[in-house]
Amino acid sequence: MTLPLAEVNYVEATWVMVVKSLVIFLAVFMIVPVLTVVERKLIGRFQNRFGPNRVGPVGLMQPLADIIKLAGKEMFRPQAAVPFLYAIAPAIVIFSGIITLAILPFGNVQDGLGLYGIDVSIGVLYFFAFSSISFYGLLLAGWSSGSKYSFLGAMRSAAQLISYEVSMGLALLGVVLMTGSLSLTHVVDGQGTIWNIVPQIIGFLIFMVAGFAETNRAPFDLPEADAEIVQGYMTEYGGMRMGSYLLAEYLEMFVVSGIAVTFFLGGWMGPGPGWLDPVWMVLKTLSLIVLFIWIRATLPRLRYDQLMSLGWKVLLPLATLNILVTAVIVTVS
Amino acid sequence: MEAKLNTEKADWTQFPYLEGEQDVISVQRGPKPGGVGGAYRAFGETLRGLRTTFGRVLEGPVTIQYPEEKTPVYPRFRGRHKLHRFEDSGLEKCVGCSLCAAACPADCIRVVAHENDPEHRVSAGERYAEVYEINLSRCIFCGYCEVACPFDAITMGHDYEMSDYNRSDLIFTKEMLLAEPIDRTPLRMEGE
Repeated sequence: MTLPLAEVNYVEATWVMVVKSLVIFLAVFMIVPVLTVVERKLIGRFQNRFGPNRVGPVGLMQPLADIIKLAGKEMFRPQAAVPFLYAIAPAIVIFSGIITLAILPFGNVQDGLGLYGIDVSIGVLYFFAFSSISFYGLLLAGWSSGSKYSFLGAMRSAAQLISYEVSMGLALLGVVLMTGSLSLTHVVDGQGTIWNIVPQIIGFLIFMVAGFAETNRAPFDLPEADAEIVQGYMTEYGGMRMGSYLLAEYLEMFVVSGIAVTFFLGGWMGPGPGWLDPVWMVLKTLSLIVLFIWIRATLPRLRYDQLMSLGWKVLLPLATLNILVTAVIVTVS
Repeated sequence: MEAKLNTEKADWTQFPYLEGEQDVISVQRGPKPGGVGGAYRAFGETLRGLRTTFGRVLEGPVTIQYPEEKTPVYPRFRGRHKLHRFEDSGLEKCVGCSLCAAACPADCIRVVAHENDPEHRVSAGERYAEVYEINLSRCIFCGYCEVACPFDAITMGHDYEMSDYNRSDLIFTKEMLLAEPIDRTPLRMEGE
């Protein structure tokens, strides 16, 4: 059976799809605000302090306070901004983050129910397509704000995009070569004996480095470098529009970690009965997110040209070499 | 361009007292950045950085959770003033001499003296302070009043939590200064 988007390996009733998408959406949106407070608390620990611990028990209600504050703020728009694009840019970022959640597999097909949003046969391409679209959000925001800082941020994010995206794709290509499929469930299935991180360690490292750039996280947070260009592309945003950018950052962190887990860390695989699969998936994803936070607490921000030279001179040759070696080994064996 | 110390051409006869004491300057240079070795070193340094920050986690927070936890003060800490009475007779030590007001560089003390009524003595001396006010919004906590006082009637306490909503509430009257302060400032023990 063929759907307009792509060939689907396992098709379920429409209501099941709707329920699944709601569950995934709501579950992840429960996790994302918690991530914001977890990040602040962890960064605090990394700096010998507590982090937020005033709102609610051990500060767990902090995101609620933040969201209420942001939602109560005025929707400000500078006079020089392009109204439509200015309004739609945060929506694009959030949209592309959410839509990538659809392909994250949280478990195999169990009792006729696939524990994933949708299993597209072009999973990798789907991921790259939408993660690239999210950059339109940043570019449009920077350009349509009518502010120099926003524009500089958008320029930087464009420069960042072209320097890491290729090596990110090549890093995943090694896994795709080994698996022989672009579908994410197949990729996880192919790691039954050994997780891909062992044969594809270089691919994993490259993917993670590119993932930091993809999510605009430290040390590659130069599009939003608050010290130099005051939050870059979101300088002119306020209220819930800025909130959606912040939310999208954590959402993308979750998505990129999820993709990394799917491709390199065995996805849902783990000891225990089948119903534990989503738990394993989420646990692995969260531990990668802790790595993101750890790195943020450790490394200083790279300069714009340093990022480009890293992307083009180190990551790209390494990724190419990795994929060549993988191709030769796969062909021979 | 590499910095070089030109020791050959330097005219050391100009500085005879420096004979034999010329500094030997050696510059340590790291390996050149870039290349495979550079990437390897960068990776290693990243791991070292991660270890460093993780060490901070193991150390634990050093924050003092202020309203709940308080930094103990030293015995010599100069906090809010206290006025004293004689312990046996209960009479005020202050005799209204205004030396504290004269010593005060911030001009925040106001004393109005009055003759003691022999029937109902307020202080041990001839006179007593009818009005004794310290404007704590002006006080700089220098402790000169304490030094100036000939009867040790005023001393600096340990209380430092004096914020208020109103400036006029910061003018402390004699009754407030005489009252035992609510004991809420922890004192640092000897050798701590």
